[in-house]
Amino acid sequence: MAGQTDPHISLFSPQEVEFMAEDELVEIVPNMNMEQLNFISGDFGLFIPQIPTKVPLWLAVALKRRGKCSFRPPGWMSVDNLTQILEAERESQSTFQALPFSYVEIARLLFDHAHDDIPDKYMVRSLVEDIRDVRLHKLETNLGSFQGTSAVKISNVSAMEVNIVRPFVRRALEAFYKHDKPEADVGRDTRSSRQQREANNEPRRPLRQR
Amino acid sequence: MASNSETRGSSADYETMMSASDVELLKRAWRNEKAAPEILQYEGALVERAKEQIELVEESVEDYVENGKDPLLVSLYQMDLDRTQFLLRSYLRVRLLKIEKFMFHNLKSEEAERRLSEQERVFATKCADDLAKHFEETVLLKLPENYQSVLKQSQISEVDDMVPQPHLDTFVVCRSNNFVSLNLYEEGESPETVEMERGDLYFIRYKIVKGAIESGQIDLI
Repeated sequence: MAGQTDPHISLFSPQEVEFMAEDELVEIVPNMNMEQLNFISGDFGLFIPQIPTKVPLWLAVALKRRGKCSFRPPGWMSVDNLTQILEAERESQSTFQALPFSYVEIARLLFDHAHDDIPDKYMVRSLVEDIRDVRLHKLETNLGSFQGTSAVKISNVSAMEVNIVRPFVRRALEAFYKHDKPEADVGRDTRSSRQQREANNEPRRPLRQR
Repeated sequence: MASNSETRGSSADYETMMSASDVELLKRAWRNEKAAPEILQYEGALVERAKEQIELVEESVEDYVENGKDPLLVSLYQMDLDRTQFLLRSYLRVRLLKIEKFMFHNLKSEEAERRLSEQERVFATKCADDLAKHFEETVLLKLPENYQSVLKQSQISEVDDMVPQPHLDTFVVCRSNNFVSLNLYEEGESPETVEMERGDLYFIRYKIVKGAIESGQIDLI
């Protein structure tokens, strides 16, 4: 049976989130000649020394690890831009600054494999970490202020952050919804005489192993 | 002329369809399938195209290796192949998981059954038969007469209450591709709407966005 023990198919693992981020295009500067690559996912190339070109992140990391190119860090990763974003994040209690949806994954991959291509790498790294902390803290505190709604807007939250809070927020919102709904049903229940139990067809929770 | 304008219209649609590569479409289908609580429409044409392309590249990689092509190129092509294969396999695996989880429901509900592929339907029927047989032999035949059904708790139950159904009220994260305005509540209750701009992220009940996902206006994240 195809993994019947996994009760949480709808949760993405961090590796899967990174996998999705790896298709983002980044700019590299190759240091060798290579023909055009006709992948299933698209055509990339020509690769000419010193001519920058855009490729998906996974391809860029692969080439960098083999010493075939160097990275051009994306515009949003400059010290100035990040400092500005950090200030803005600290100021506002409820809104998030616009950052690339996969900024966490992109930054992490660049730090791991291409740190020598980033100017002021220590500064940039500490800025990105601070920004992550502030945003996560903001998310946590805002979670306390949810009410019973059916839709919550979360603008400018990034992929990794969404993935981290998803399980908790999901259960919280479901609980709110379930407790708000029966208030409308109370009238109906008192009328039913012989107990006609409504079928509760939610999937049963898996039993804990003893 | 009517026929000319028709072909022009459909070729414009064709172009917008082709502008998203198959891999992107497959990624979108995989993401939606993983995040949705119930099984979604099977993307038969997309899966077929992806399979063909994968087979083509597999063959050419074998050729490259035999002809001693630059090993760097071979490994890059292999990586791209691996990524696409992962998407395809994970997509099919997630669907199989959902079929197993809601086995009896998928065969009972016509809407769900329509969304399965031919092979999935065969798999689901066989699985359900095997499971029913197993339950009957091990437990049900030993219970008193009124309680022997696989689908109902007892003869008195009016609905099939032993059949787990997907939980459509679960909350999902979604992003809209266009401006969309949705009705928040069921028919007949207070019609509150939520309006989504292109690119907004929302935590929202699955039931509300179900139709929009099928029409491609909203993506699950």
